[in-house]
Amino acid sequence: MADQGAHTVKSFDDEIHQLRSLVSQMGGLCEAQISSAIDALMRRDPETALEVIKTDARIDALEAEAERLAVTMIALRAPMASDLREIISALKISSVLERIGDYAKNIAKRASTLTATAQIEPVVIIPQMARVVVEMIKDALDAFVDRDAEKAVAVCQRDEVVDDFYNSLFRSLLTFMMENPQHITPSAHLLFIAKNLERIGDHATNVAEMVYFSATGEYFAGRTKTDDTAYAV
Amino acid sequence: MDHQAQTATPVASNDGPVTTKMTARDVSVFYGAKQALKNVSIDVSRENVTAFIGPSGCGKSTFLRCLNRMNDTVASARVEGEIKLDGTDIYKGDMDVVQLRARVGMVFQKPNPFPKSIYDNVAYGPSIHGLARNKAEMDEIVEGSLRRAGLWDEAKDRLTESGTAMSGGQQQRLCIARAIAVDPEVILMDEPCSALDPIATAKIEELIDELRGKYAIVIVTHNMQQAARVSQKTAFFHLGTMVEYGDTKTIFTNPSEPRTKDYITGRYG
Repeated sequence: MADQGAHTVKSFDDEIHQLRSLVSQMGGLCEAQISSAIDALMRRDPETALEVIKTDARIDALEAEAERLAVTMIALRAPMASDLREIISALKISSVLERIGDYAKNIAKRASTLTATAQIEPVVIIPQMARVVVEMIKDALDAFVDRDAEKAVAVCQRDEVVDDFYNSLFRSLLTFMMENPQHITPSAHLLFIAKNLERIGDHATNVAEMVYFSATGEYFAGRTKTDDTAYAV
Repeated sequence: MDHQAQTATPVASNDGPVTTKMTARDVSVFYGAKQALKNVSIDVSRENVTAFIGPSGCGKSTFLRCLNRMNDTVASARVEGEIKLDGTDIYKGDMDVVQLRARVGMVFQKPNPFPKSIYDNVAYGPSIHGLARNKAEMDEIVEGSLRRAGLWDEAKDRLTESGTAMSGGQQQRLCIARAIAVDPEVILMDEPCSALDPIATAKIEELIDELRGKYAIVIVTHNMQQAARVSQKTAFFHLGTMVEYGDTKTIFTNPSEPRTKDYITGRYG
């Protein structure tokens, strides 16, 4: 998108910059939280898991700060056109990132629980799946920073990969649970972890859609979900 | 996957059928050798409030004043192009300018009531145009106009007092009542609220909303929030040209022209 010129009132630019920076920080923290939670899972490390659980409060605090700033800007600056779209998008993106943070925290909790059970083989798919969603968040946030609608569209297209991972893991975990009742507890937790990652992928797509709206003023339409596990028998 | 984009859904507009009340085609205005307005073409509908916005000196007031030939009063001004009211060219031969200004009324930036009673301020237009046959008819016109201007309750017990004794906001509504009294088809407002406080401004804006549909209303304003609040169509002027004209909701959320965007987001200049 074309470069945004400076406002006549410079302090307005400062506030927009501050808001964008808060959202970027939240995005960075979310990426780190997901990676650490997966790390805790794979290394069976309860301390890292605990660290992730604690750190979630920072994302919540950043969200509250971004929301306060956005509300103040809307009230005091009466933003218009691209400014209005950007502030509204930042407000919505920050609340989506907060939710992503919650999913990372939930993965960490389950990682902690899983240290007490036997490790099962399908877990190896999880880090690959996590890499894709972390990349999606990173690219969606980069698109936000660069006001780049094309990059945002590319993020949405990648959600299919995450859905495919989830579909495949869902099936293999079902098989595992059927084979041996002792696999049920770890499999159920892994299933939730995979579901959390799949939801994070959806949320990253939502972020990208908001970036698209902010950059173009048009609503992004037509995304088909490819998660078909709801129909599995 | 389908990645087609769709246009933003309308949020607040007059989506019903519209009737074109005035049309301007290639209107240019010169003050002496200086060209103040360049080839402006626009349709003004009866159902909508149309707002003209733009920085000082952009030509918006100049254009507004073309619509009822107020520029005739400026000796050095020359108007080119074509402006039609209900299909009739208002600059052609036998157009009676006094009659035209009764059909296309105007409200100015500073409230300018006559130094006469409130009653006489409103009765003046109808009497010179012979709209009332007797006192009773005139009383009816005065009351009706003051009511439409939202001023009746405040004015009914002081009709003989001077119009200039009213507050600024009341004076401006009196001027609107005066414009309405001759039953115009179009009302032009040139910064009608710039001399008023926020409460008086809100009353004028409410009044504009009530008058919408009864008269074609064209308003020039420096206050973009006001344009956004009261109008359904907005035209942005810059350096004597009309840069963009469209639905108000589009102009303020997703303007197509970079100059419009820079102006409304406060990046101009």
